[in-house]
Amino acid sequence: MSHAPQPLGAPVVRREGREKVTGAARYAAEHAPPGCLYGWIVPAAVPKGRVTAVRTAEALALPGVHTVLTPDNAPRLEEPDDPVLAVLQNDRVPHRGWPVALVLAESLEAAREGADAVEVEYGTTDHDVVLTGDHPGLYTPEKANGGYPAVRERGDFDGAFAAAPVHIDATYTLGGLHNHPMEPHASTAVWADGHLTVHDSSQGSTVVCESLAQILGIDRDRITVVSEHVGGGFGSKGTPRPQAVLAAMATRHTGRPVQLSVPRRFMPALVGHRAPTVQRVRIGADRDGVISALAHEIATHTSTVKEFVEQAAVPARVMYSSPHSRTVHRVVPLDVPSPSWMRAPGEASGMYALESAMDELACALGLDPVELRLRNEPADEPDSGRPFSSRNLTACLDEGARRFGWYDRDPAPASRQEGPWLLGTGVASATYPVLLSPSAARAHAAPDGSYRIGVNATDIGTGARTVLAQIAASALGTAQENVRIDIGSSDLPRGSVAGGSSGTASWGTAVHRAATALAGRLAAYDGPLPAEGVTATADTTQEAAQKSPYARHAFGAHFAEVAVDSVTGEVRVRRLLGVYAAGRVLNSRTARSQFLGGMVMGIGMALTEGSTMDPAYGDFTERDLASYHVPSCADVPDVQVHWIDEEDPHLNPMGSKGLGEIGIVGTAAAIGNAVRHATGARLRSLPLTPDKVLPYLP
Amino acid sequence: MKPFAYLRPASVAEAVRVSAATPGARFLGGGTNLVDLMKLGVETPGLVIDVSRLPLDRVTRTDDGGLRIGATVRNSDLAAHPDVRADHPALSQALLAGASGQLRNTATTGGNLLQRTRCPYFQDITKPCNKRDPGSGCPAREGAHRDLAVLGHSPHCVATNPSDMAVALAALDATVLLHGPEGERAVPVTDFHRLPGDNPDQDTVIRPGELITEVVLPPPPDGAVSLYRKARDRASYAFALASVAAVLAVRDGRVAHVSLAFGALAHRPWRARAAEDVLRGATADRETFARAVEAELEAARPLRDNGFKVDLARRTAFGALTELASRAAPND
Repeated sequence: MSHAPQPLGAPVVRREGREKVTGAARYAAEHAPPGCLYGWIVPAAVPKGRVTAVRTAEALALPGVHTVLTPDNAPRLEEPDDPVLAVLQNDRVPHRGWPVALVLAESLEAAREGADAVEVEYGTTDHDVVLTGDHPGLYTPEKANGGYPAVRERGDFDGAFAAAPVHIDATYTLGGLHNHPMEPHASTAVWADGHLTVHDSSQGSTVVCESLAQILGIDRDRITVVSEHVGGGFGSKGTPRPQAVLAAMATRHTGRPVQLSVPRRFMPALVGHRAPTVQRVRIGADRDGVISALAHEIATHTSTVKEFVEQAAVPARVMYSSPHSRTVHRVVPLDVPSPSWMRAPGEASGMYALESAMDELACALGLDPVELRLRNEPADEPDSGRPFSSRNLTACLDEGARRFGWYDRDPAPASRQEGPWLLGTGVASATYPVLLSPSAARAHAAPDGSYRIGVNATDIGTGARTVLAQIAASALGTAQENVRIDIGSSDLPRGSVAGGSSGTASWGTAVHRAATALAGRLAAYDGPLPAEGVTATADTTQEAAQKSPYARHAFGAHFAEVAVDSVTGEVRVRRLLGVYAAGRVLNSRTARSQFLGGMVMGIGMALTEGSTMDPAYGDFTERDLASYHVPSCADVPDVQVHWIDEEDPHLNPMGSKGLGEIGIVGTAAAIGNAVRHATGARLRSLPLTPDKVLPYLP
Repeated sequence: MKPFAYLRPASVAEAVRVSAATPGARFLGGGTNLVDLMKLGVETPGLVIDVSRLPLDRVTRTDDGGLRIGATVRNSDLAAHPDVRADHPALSQALLAGASGQLRNTATTGGNLLQRTRCPYFQDITKPCNKRDPGSGCPAREGAHRDLAVLGHSPHCVATNPSDMAVALAALDATVLLHGPEGERAVPVTDFHRLPGDNPDQDTVIRPGELITEVVLPPPPDGAVSLYRKARDRASYAFALASVAAVLAVRDGRVAHVSLAFGALAHRPWRARAAEDVLRGATADRETFARAVEAELEAARPLRDNGFKVDLARRTAFGALTELASRAAPND
């Protein structure tokens, strides 16, 4: 064995990079067991109602079509915890795109043709799919996503707001956004010898395995779910999705392997979306910009299938000193697909509104927006009163302003022009909570000096394998090349979902504990290890359940320079710079990619990604990548990522905070604030496409 | 996708003969649009006639100094062709503004002219659409129509033609050569695409069995400069919200030649004849340009959510003419 140990933080190259770029890495739909049937979902073609008849004879008569599962003949399932998984169990159509049949055939082409030939009749009822800020169906839920209380009140907001000499009262409107990972959702399921094996494109195969066991009513030990390589998820694969249930149901029903992919166009209806929000922000401040009153009130939608409440007012409980505060979420169930997690749920949408409102306050005061934020740094977390384990927002703002050349700007709007381009700069803060979930890990030492770590982590493109090897190697005092990592199978020790920016912390803590325990045992050996090697395990269930006395969050600052075409209203980012304080960075190469990817997604949120809910038909209009505009390379110019060294002893053994999501948080506000600086126009809805910008141009 | 037969004919004559004898057959060029529509169930040909390997893949000079472009010349090759870049920069720019590099490498000249609207209702067979299913209705009029027509639409259809290339060809006075069962004919590209009227299922004047074999460009007018400007939602790989192809020659401060076409505003590339009438022979200045563009866009009838396209087209055209004037007569 060779190689010297490298310190945590080294830019270790992604372990499976070569497999991925050469096509050797196999994804869920690239497993083709012999005798495999291929599935195609028949989506509901009405927005609300009931299936009154499914005629399958014509489809079944087509060559290659094997079976058509419908609400009439599909196997009955146990009631799932997540109602979006109760597919083909009854005749209800809660929204357009809901699966009403599944065609299984000898080829993908035959399945698709079969799906076209299935005739579905519906009884329809009136539908309601349009969110408004004053929708009569809005109610106040108990909790928002993440378990946060829907409502928090501190002090006397109304009184303090009325008494404040300076007011901001602004409403921001965000449409829906869609998770479009490169790899669509897919499952390949094999039922053989009483055991179900599912290759599923998922962010957490432990949860998928446990869900399938419950829904199918079979023992967990009889199911293996593998998510070896996953082409992104952005939250949409963080919960089990219908394709896994349908594939498992179908293989059990037919006795044949079944592969089911979700076509790109079906994804908006089946895999969640970021819910639209109407957000009112009110800030009362004194003439020096010190905030006395802050209210952030959210109206959002959910489906009639389940309650999901985008927790967009939660960051206002963390960010700024605000003695009198009100944060409220209200939600209305509409006949729309169920919203769910999309990268930084809550923070991404909420910080767009809050950080835009902060910019409005800075403009109203004639105060530099960086300085305004510095003046409202809280001593403790405003909502909870708990001390921060570390909070380096100030350092991020200062460092970012210096690197960006922020103070070169003339704060006057529309003051820079270059040919047809109006130029402007903007700033916004970012935050994301530190989360930790229970995980287990196993560490094994072989007599030849090699190590093997097992943990059901999922690498959704983040570099999880690589960083876990670094964590293990660091605990074992060896080079990471000597450590083999097994992840991505529910047969491994239980791992949490790759979500909430918590994967590295959660799996890493378990890996660190197991590896440390193993190192302790190895110290007891003088001579060679026994032939079977030595093993140690760890389980962080108790550790993860402990409530920290500290408020733990990552922070960041985003600086953007935009150019607005004064002829067409096209907005292009020229520079984007982020500085983050996210604990100790464990792999500078893969960490940079995560920050950068989040920022790119923020460019999409700010400028290009637009979703239209069609009132007449109840579906999202933009359902392919030609019309749902994720940023292209040409939209992503100079993006710089920096971080500050942050030592925080109150986190986990590695000292890390999550960093998969914070890159998107605040990016849209920074760009919107830059557009305001460039043009003088304060636009309060996204994306900033030419139709929105044109009316404000000279 | 419905099963279909596939044929690769050896000659134009065979392609035309088989097509004319097979109702519902479709010619396949690059397949970048047809195959997508087949997957969506919008196109369901029983026979696909692959014409992409017919010997129509060259760009040659005509006797009068124009260009003859074979129908199977790939978009990326046409954009990069030295004669196109030298004589007709607007065409090269339009091609490069379209789609993505991968698509341009595959898409053909003939296929580009026949690409179908991106109207979301046309692409979704679970919804009505007069273009796809005549008589079923047009939900776009009251529905999602931000990207759709502001000029020349009818109660039956508000679709737009998505091509960038065709807009440049319209401004360049190109001619489309068609081979059909009754022989060969030439159609000016400005007459090739139709307005929807009461039969929006017909995108063009092409007749059953006819195959596009060539596009012919006249030589550029003396002293003319040209450009293509496209406004869109993202910097690359997005269909136009509005686009402009413009050709301008200025002599002694006056417009000696002009042609102007809009894209993304109508069911066909919109040659701006009214604007040209104002411009021709007039003083090449901003006031004239503004008046000319206004004269053209008076006819605009925006829908509920796409009024911005009129303003966008106005500004883009004015900007294009102003820029060309400064290039055409830098000392004026």
